[in-house]
Amino acid sequence: MGEYSVWSVLRGGLTGQTHWKRAWRDPDPKPAYDAIIVGGGGHGLATAFYLAKLHGMTNIAVLEKGWVGGGNTGRNTTIVRSNYMLEGNAHFYEKSLQLWEGLSQELNYNVMFSQRGVLNLAHSDAQMDGYARRGNAMRLNGIDAELLTREQVRAWAPMCDFSERARFPIHGGLLQPRGGTARHDAVAWGFARAADRLGVDIIQNCEVTGIDVVEGRVTGVQTSRGPIKAKKVGLAVAGHTTQLAQMAGLRLPIESHLLQAMVSEPLKPWIDCVVTFGAGHFYISQSDKGGLVFGGDLDGYNSFAQRGNLPMVEHVVQCGVALMPSLKRLRLLRHWGGVMDMTMDGSPIIGKTPVEGLYLNGGWCYGGFKATPGSGWVFAYTMAQDRPHELNAALSLDRFERGAVLDERGAGPTPGWH
Amino acid sequence: MLRIDCPWCGPRDMVEFTYVGDGTLRRPEIGAEDGHFDYVYLRDNPKGPHVEIWRHGVGCRRHVAVTRDTATHEMLATGKPGEGAS
Amino acid sequence: MTGQTNRLQEGGRIDRAQRLSFTFDGATMTGYAGDTLASALLANGVSLVARSFKYHRPRGIFSAGPEEPNALVRLRGGERVEPNTRATMIPLYDGLVAESQNRWPSLGLDLQAANQLIARFIPAGFYYKTFMGPWSNTKLWMRFEHAIRRAAGMGAGTHAPDPDDYDKMSAHCEVLVIGGGPAGLAAARAAAASGLRVVLVDEREEFGGRLLFDREEIDGAHASHWLAEQTAALEAAPNVRLLSRTTAFGYYDQNMVACVERVSDHLIEPPPHRPRQRLWTIRAKEVVLATGAIEQPLVFADNDRPGVMLAGAARAYVNHYGVLPGRKVVVATNNDDAYRSAIDLHDAGASIESIIDVRPGGAGALAAAAKERGINVLRGYAPVKVQGRRKVRRLAILKLDADGKPTGAQRAADCDLVLVSGGWQPTLHLSSQTGAKAMWDAEKGCFLPGPPRQRERSAGACAGGFMLAECLAQGHAAGLEAAEAAGAVRPELEAPRAAAVAEKPTRLYWECPEPINTPGKKFVDHQDDVTASDVRLAHREGYVSVEHLKRYTTLGMGTDQGKTSNIPGFAIMAKARGVEIGATGTTTFRPPYTPVALGALAGPEVGEHYMPLRRTPMDSWHVERGCEWIDAGLWRRPRYYPAHDGESLFDAYIRETKAVRGAVGLCDVTTLGKIDIQGPDAGEFLNRLYINGWKALPVGKARYGLMLREDGVVLDDGTTSRLGEHHYLMTTTTANAVRIMAWIDYHLQVVWPDLKVKATSVTEQWAAMAVAGPTARRLLEPVIDRDLSNEAFPFMAAGPCRLLGGEEGAAPIPGRLFRISFSGELAYELNVPADYGHEAWERLMAAGAPYDVVPYGMEALGNMRIEKGHVAGPELDGRTTADDLGLGRMMSSKKDFIGARLARREDLVRPDRKQFVGLVPVDGRTALKQGAQLVAKDAPATAGTLAAGGTPIRMEGHVTSTGFSPELGHPIALGLVGRGRERLGEELSMRYPLRDLTVPVRIVDPVFIDAEGKRVHG
Repeated sequence: MGEYSVWSVLRGGLTGQTHWKRAWRDPDPKPAYDAIIVGGGGHGLATAFYLAKLHGMTNIAVLEKGWVGGGNTGRNTTIVRSNYMLEGNAHFYEKSLQLWEGLSQELNYNVMFSQRGVLNLAHSDAQMDGYARRGNAMRLNGIDAELLTREQVRAWAPMCDFSERARFPIHGGLLQPRGGTARHDAVAWGFARAADRLGVDIIQNCEVTGIDVVEGRVTGVQTSRGPIKAKKVGLAVAGHTTQLAQMAGLRLPIESHLLQAMVSEPLKPWIDCVVTFGAGHFYISQSDKGGLVFGGDLDGYNSFAQRGNLPMVEHVVQCGVALMPSLKRLRLLRHWGGVMDMTMDGSPIIGKTPVEGLYLNGGWCYGGFKATPGSGWVFAYTMAQDRPHELNAALSLDRFERGAVLDERGAGPTPGWH
Repeated sequence: MLRIDCPWCGPRDMVEFTYVGDGTLRRPEIGAEDGHFDYVYLRDNPKGPHVEIWRHGVGCRRHVAVTRDTATHEMLATGKPGEGAS
Repeated sequence: MTGQTNRLQEGGRIDRAQRLSFTFDGATMTGYAGDTLASALLANGVSLVARSFKYHRPRGIFSAGPEEPNALVRLRGGERVEPNTRATMIPLYDGLVAESQNRWPSLGLDLQAANQLIARFIPAGFYYKTFMGPWSNTKLWMRFEHAIRRAAGMGAGTHAPDPDDYDKMSAHCEVLVIGGGPAGLAAARAAAASGLRVVLVDEREEFGGRLLFDREEIDGAHASHWLAEQTAALEAAPNVRLLSRTTAFGYYDQNMVACVERVSDHLIEPPPHRPRQRLWTIRAKEVVLATGAIEQPLVFADNDRPGVMLAGAARAYVNHYGVLPGRKVVVATNNDDAYRSAIDLHDAGASIESIIDVRPGGAGALAAAAKERGINVLRGYAPVKVQGRRKVRRLAILKLDADGKPTGAQRAADCDLVLVSGGWQPTLHLSSQTGAKAMWDAEKGCFLPGPPRQRERSAGACAGGFMLAECLAQGHAAGLEAAEAAGAVRPELEAPRAAAVAEKPTRLYWECPEPINTPGKKFVDHQDDVTASDVRLAHREGYVSVEHLKRYTTLGMGTDQGKTSNIPGFAIMAKARGVEIGATGTTTFRPPYTPVALGALAGPEVGEHYMPLRRTPMDSWHVERGCEWIDAGLWRRPRYYPAHDGESLFDAYIRETKAVRGAVGLCDVTTLGKIDIQGPDAGEFLNRLYINGWKALPVGKARYGLMLREDGVVLDDGTTSRLGEHHYLMTTTTANAVRIMAWIDYHLQVVWPDLKVKATSVTEQWAAMAVAGPTARRLLEPVIDRDLSNEAFPFMAAGPCRLLGGEEGAAPIPGRLFRISFSGELAYELNVPADYGHEAWERLMAAGAPYDVVPYGMEALGNMRIEKGHVAGPELDGRTTADDLGLGRMMSSKKDFIGARLARREDLVRPDRKQFVGLVPVDGRTALKQGAQLVAKDAPATAGTLAAGGTPIRMEGHVTSTGFSPELGHPIALGLVGRGRERLGEELSMRYPLRDLTVPVRIVDPVFIDAEGKRVHG
């Protein structure tokens, strides 16, 4: 199969591109592994990759119910950033962002990480102060942040409404220049290929139907393709975390909610950074193919349906038009939904569980994509060492009982409000 | 678009309602020492029929107990909270 | 002008009396009313209309409908420009302007077509393997990305705001029929006979569907008679609403179908007071889907050249638009239907060189009709390559053996039009959106709708009943069934009839053999330039699930969402995998069915109607006074009242602060949430809501209260007054007014329904104004009809009053007076019914004239509360506990309340939590900044990141609110600092790295003035 490079593609051009082999194997499951990761999305595949690469665990398998990257990895709006205020989040997401910066090379797969900047707009002085608090915290944590004036925002996002008519005038914004977007599918495929090359078995169409626990210890899993033994099992199935955890008898501080995303017809470059509206639920960026990718708030009710309803689409578009009146003439090409694990404080859970050998990676709310490499990195550490890394120590499951929640929005224990 | 059969107003579009949350939760009695953590934090989160509370904010302002399939969005029953969905 | 060289002398449904002028790429042409831009371009002999996405290959008009992958144009111009618009769906109007897109410098000479020369080096997904570079950073990629973004995209949009308006409508009906072709019309006719409300929608300019395009007979006469009769009858029926130009694009829960009506898109611009488009949300008891089918192409070398067209589309151009898209025609097909196109084009005067039928057995009954006309049919042959670059010149063909493999020598036929047909695929978008899983029917060679998940049924071509006779019969039956299911008596009605035609089955054969010696690209997805070899490359690399195929190659990701490419693409993948197409499944259909303008989804609630501004009853007074505004949620509130032009914000609020502290001021506080709570258990309820006790509060008294969330964190604060034995008035912060009302409703209705309490929001019912300052009592005494002495109306008193004053003989205004204070001064808050707010305000201003009363705004209000160390929004940030805010002593130990238990969790009672403190600059001069962080005074200047092994700068706290105390003569601030209360007097460093600001600060008590609280009792 060989390395991916411009040379291998050129060589392929002379031979009809027939020299390419499978990006990853299609093995049958073995009867036992040292560790199993349930969920072949970005997080599960990244965990497998780092377990194999950094912790020497190569007799491991990733079990995927459908096709790899078919869950939220392939449904999100591809934004990558580390602009968090609370320390328990900030250091973790910054680790992830640093991994993104070298990810294409590390995987030998172009994940198209584009550091085009993530800009949060402010529409009042109070909001500017709120952003300043976050931006100052970022800077003191060694993370890049800039506070933009209204005129600086205009240079970054000229299509916003700077007229007298704007219902919520733009006061300024908080910019993270190193933030941006990546190609979501490529992240799953790149991790899958790289993990496979280190010997990891990636098994698609293999649904986990039970988790075997004997005397408080994990011994393996039941799957649609038969039982598989393993001393360590990691769950990376955001959206369905509660369903899987229930198989091991765990009840979690998570509800599954519906989040919709939308894409317009492809256009020549229209917006060059990621922009979020501060007076409504709307954020937008443009894919390399040209589509404007945007989204907003949760539909608001528990759902596993992976499809949403029109009122939220209308609401998000209204917010979009309020910010960018020229959107009206452009057309919506597709809208779709994903299932979000919403935790009670809006932050993820990565760590150990009360069941020995069972590890949990979930509760990503709607921010899991950007965490993909960092999540795999710390989860691999946690699984290999049987203890959290300092970067995910604050993201433990027991934080809720202790009251040590990580509530970036200060919205409280109502999942739909985060 | 979901449609909820409000026991007081009749069938109405979801836009008139706000989702409140899991309708099976029971707050510990006033004065009780235990059960608050489970009440506030833990959820069954079923994929399938789910009893939940919606608030008819742009209508009668009453709360409605709805049984809805979270996998399909099918509305299975509505009723008054506490009386169980019927 | 006589440019319409391909226009037939007669026939078609265009109005030759109405000649319309339009331009394409600057060239002026004419067409007729009833044309689409596509038909008019074809009439004018324009074959090259677009360039493809990746290779910039020349492209022509491929279809006659919404499935068009190629002919996307940039319609109109300026602020109304619409990129990526399908020429096949643009009704022609006089003055239409369109241009081609994705080409430079021109459509004819497109330099980016050089991509074709390197095509072999840029297969599907090449970008995943390249552009990375060996260095661990994103710089190289971003340089490439810059170029890729410019090359990609299709049309160019604009940043100029769209001037047009959009509208929304809701409708309810018993039976909604989607699609106005023969099946839909028959269904609507049958359902309407029941008397129920029926809505029929169709995306085209007029009803008829394929009846408009085909030469067919119904009930023994030309179908156009039946069409005219039925449309007229439905139009006349009072229970039927007909919506043409209306695309049903999304099928949502509980039978809600969203449609967009193009009200004015057939005009150069919308007439005054008319919307451009209207979004319909239609809730139906029963739905009949009669959405028809989409013809699929065949896949062979250079099958994308201008002059290659779907067979059914060519028939539409001839029969409906009176345009002959070619004169020497070859038809290539895997089914019988394409024979109709050959026959119709022949009858319109074209020369049919041959019908290439991939089936060894050829067609059924239609073969005879072709033979009658002398049309040469080659059975068991396949098209293999188009010759000609900008236009079709010849088609090369090969004979197939029994296995579909090529055999014998390659032959070629001269032609200027190649019609292709790979059979018809039901339009399953809407049925699939309901969650119904499409099922493969190997016999018909198509996906059929799955078992219904909602109250819908499919009829006609979208259910696999492709022949007219089936459409009519199934539509009729579906209409009757839907009416019956919706509760009507099944109407007695004869079904319309058409003759059945004996057809032979479609052969499941799409990809044709490679040509001999003259390779060419075999396009599967025309819009996104996905070829058969791309699909095989995906297979080779393991991207074999249909979703991986789509995502890796971009198959079906264009604006047409694969309407003419998914099936051939899946077929090629299935063959490579050695499985049936049914085993590969199909990708999920996502709404919308065709692209929808965002303006239609936004509707009229844009501009000032987006989250409309809330104004207090005194708003016009503030306007007249020339105040500066500040947004407070949806409200606007006076920020300050400049004394003269150009008075700065700082000068103004300091002046207003001094005026209040020195004499008296008036502030509009209407926006605070007000909730009326009544009932015998109201006191008990308040006891549960608030952390402090309420049962001992006497009638006529107010009390400050603090509420927690269930998790023990502060939710809101405010004063609540006891107005009667069982009657309380609660106030909330402006920001939380709605949330607290919902919180109360939930607890009264769901958690404690046994409590006898009713609550309702009265925020809008009352105007509220604060009168604050040492002379407040003197101001009020003459105009309030009650004793305001300290004895009669002490601090925290509350009760009814009447406001006198006003013009001679003016009636008193009934109201409520509260002796509460946010500023820390002697202060009263007057509430009057909202309608009297403006009048009451004026009376108070008049009464205050002798005392130099000033109106004061939010800045002065906020500044005074900072001087007094009162907490507000910046401190109540959803993460602070009562104890953090120095209010822990309010938590009653004698009773239970919301949040009491979880507030005791270990992390919430840690002694090193951030606590509420005051802050002053050490130098006594430098202003402090909200949003700044507080670090140790000797903390390093630069931070490292923990993730890279560096050392961040430890944050000990942050600044929440800042102001300037004129009384103290220096800046002041409030903040939260770890163990802050033990650290009064300590120095910290205030850091604001976003502006490179460092200020040494000292921790002080948060109450800056009148610490004993004497003034409020004054």
